[in-house]
Amino acid sequence: MDFFNTLVLLLDSMVRLSVPLLFAALAGLYSERSGIFDIGLEGKMLAGAFASGAAAAVSGSAWLGLCAAVAISVFLSLVHGFASITHRGNQIVSGVAINFIAAGSTIILGQAWFSQGGRTPLLGADSRFGAVRLPFAEAVRDVPILGPIYSELLSGHSILVYIAFLMVPFTWWVLFRTRFGLRLRAVGENPAAVDTAGISVEWLRYRAVICTGILTGLAGTYLALAQNAGFVKDMSAGRGFIALAALIFAKWKPVPVMFACLLFGFLDATSIRFQGTPLPLIGPVPVQFMQALPYILTVILLAGFIGKAIPPRAGGQPYVKER
Amino acid sequence: MSTPYAKLPAWADYGLIPLVNLLVAFIVAGLVVLLVGENPFRAAAILVEGAFGGGQAIAYTLYYATSFIFTGLAVAVAFHCGLFNIGGEGQAYVGGLGVALICLSFDGTFPWWINFPLATLGAAAAGALWALIPAYLQAKRGSHIVITTIMFNFIAASLMVYLLVDVLKPAGSMAPQTRTFLEGGQLPKLNWVIEAFGLPIRSAPFNLSFLLALIAAFLVWVLIWRTRLGYEIRTRGHSPRAARYAGIGETRIIIVTMLISGALAGMMALNPVMGDQGRLQLDFVTGAGFVGIAVALMGRSHPAGIVPAAILFGMLYQGGAELAFEMPAISRDMIVIIQGLVILFAGALENMFRPYIQTIFASLKPRSAGLAAEKGG
Repeated sequence: MDFFNTLVLLLDSMVRLSVPLLFAALAGLYSERSGIFDIGLEGKMLAGAFASGAAAAVSGSAWLGLCAAVAISVFLSLVHGFASITHRGNQIVSGVAINFIAAGSTIILGQAWFSQGGRTPLLGADSRFGAVRLPFAEAVRDVPILGPIYSELLSGHSILVYIAFLMVPFTWWVLFRTRFGLRLRAVGENPAAVDTAGISVEWLRYRAVICTGILTGLAGTYLALAQNAGFVKDMSAGRGFIALAALIFAKWKPVPVMFACLLFGFLDATSIRFQGTPLPLIGPVPVQFMQALPYILTVILLAGFIGKAIPPRAGGQPYVKER
Repeated sequence: MSTPYAKLPAWADYGLIPLVNLLVAFIVAGLVVLLVGENPFRAAAILVEGAFGGGQAIAYTLYYATSFIFTGLAVAVAFHCGLFNIGGEGQAYVGGLGVALICLSFDGTFPWWINFPLATLGAAAAGALWALIPAYLQAKRGSHIVITTIMFNFIAASLMVYLLVDVLKPAGSMAPQTRTFLEGGQLPKLNWVIEAFGLPIRSAPFNLSFLLALIAAFLVWVLIWRTRLGYEIRTRGHSPRAARYAGIGETRIIIVTMLISGALAGMMALNPVMGDQGRLQLDFVTGAGFVGIAVALMGRSHPAGIVPAAILFGMLYQGGAELAFEMPAISRDMIVIIQGLVILFAGALENMFRPYIQTIFASLKPRSAGLAAEKGG
């Protein structure tokens, strides 16, 4: 029973830790499926976290914070789109630029506006996304096996957690069951064909990066308003890149993206929980190794040892109409 | 096939357009300063004064520039081959391990002028080794080098924390760093060069690795534009298919280019580790690997552009420290914004102003620019 409780707690923290990854990876999915590589997920997430922290601190409303985060993330996405769609610039370079602009300006503006060393003021429970108690969560707590699973694992998360997991089937539906999704995937594989059909490649790609902006804004909001109580500098801490890794790991498909994010969340949860505890047979594992594990796994995957990850064919290439 | 943009005279292409892009980047940075509630012109004046006002400031500016020349060259060499090496940060970090191992082993045995070339080799080898796996994976298995080098930055950070905390830290010490190197593991300073111009210096870390950086810049120019290997690298960069058709081994050229790139990034570690701190510390790279991206883009991947671009960023680093002192609202992180804006405007949006400049040129000299513009436009 003790083992079981530990497992439930571990899975609970896995869910919490995988949510920002899930938002960001789904965000990347829209953009990359449309042929726009985006390594600026990290920066957009950070800017979103800052915007939500700042707006929630000033207004006292978590929902206004969410709106601010989405607005700033969409703006940065549009900058990325302007550089890589309209001006046909290098998409990787543009993404790198956005990461730096976000990293620097969140600290500078945070310090200038709130004077707390780059963090935003600590938020009270009203201006955060608190836990949602599912019905009967307290009542069934003592039921063996199912009780803890329901009341610990499924209930008691913030609304954003449920939104994140609902985004998975929603994204699948949008990409694979709507006309917009079909065109979006087509423009990532063969933009010339889409263009021939009389559909604007540019407008389609812009819509895709706007979707990316909205979801990275949600990722940032989750970091600042649900997982923590306010923005702390560099709080995205490489999660945007792990999300990118999860996206590649999942071969640009929505449901596998969820499992990849849960896997990386699980690694994170175990490394926090078992810090310094020696593993059976192997002995003590340095905590740094556990931290590096998602990155090592991604490299092994990229090397093609766990199936081959084939990116969208037109990814990274600006579309030039024939002249 | 048409090129998307028409030809401009060389001086406009390599001088005017980068200058306009840089100017726009600084104007936007000025807007950020305004947003914070400070005067951007006063900020700029403090920055320039802090970077060039007196020998002390100049020595620090050149000290930072040394690191950026190395990382800028590293990014540029990879660019010429059509590869984007974002891993300069990690390669430089691991390069520090190469420097430290040589210095810790031989600092009591040999004088600095024997240890310096040894440590250079150690740094280059360690940096190259860290670039080897991403290069091999790109060449042999087609894994995207941008993603693998990013991953290797994180892996390097974890590895170095582990080594410094658990392996290299001397017994009984609390700080996660190696012991201080003896005399033989420290580079002589070059401060006397600046003092010879009558500018006094109290103490500054400006050291011999600056000369090595200049030599490296010259050698990169020779490599890229004056050797057969450089020609092959550039061919692969312009058109991988043409390179394959010409019988240039893709695997070999990718791996060799990335080894050179990683070696240059690794050599950056000489400057802080052997030239300044005299020991290996946590996070000694402090973003220099990423600054290299901005430096290479601004210098248009040419050593003659990279050296001034590196000095400009050295100026921003040193002047930025002074600025943070004078205007508490503006911390050193302002540099990160400027860096991002330079990458955005000089890199991703480099062609934004080109059509306008072409129109101006065409109206000035209809015969020389007009024809080309018509063909390309």
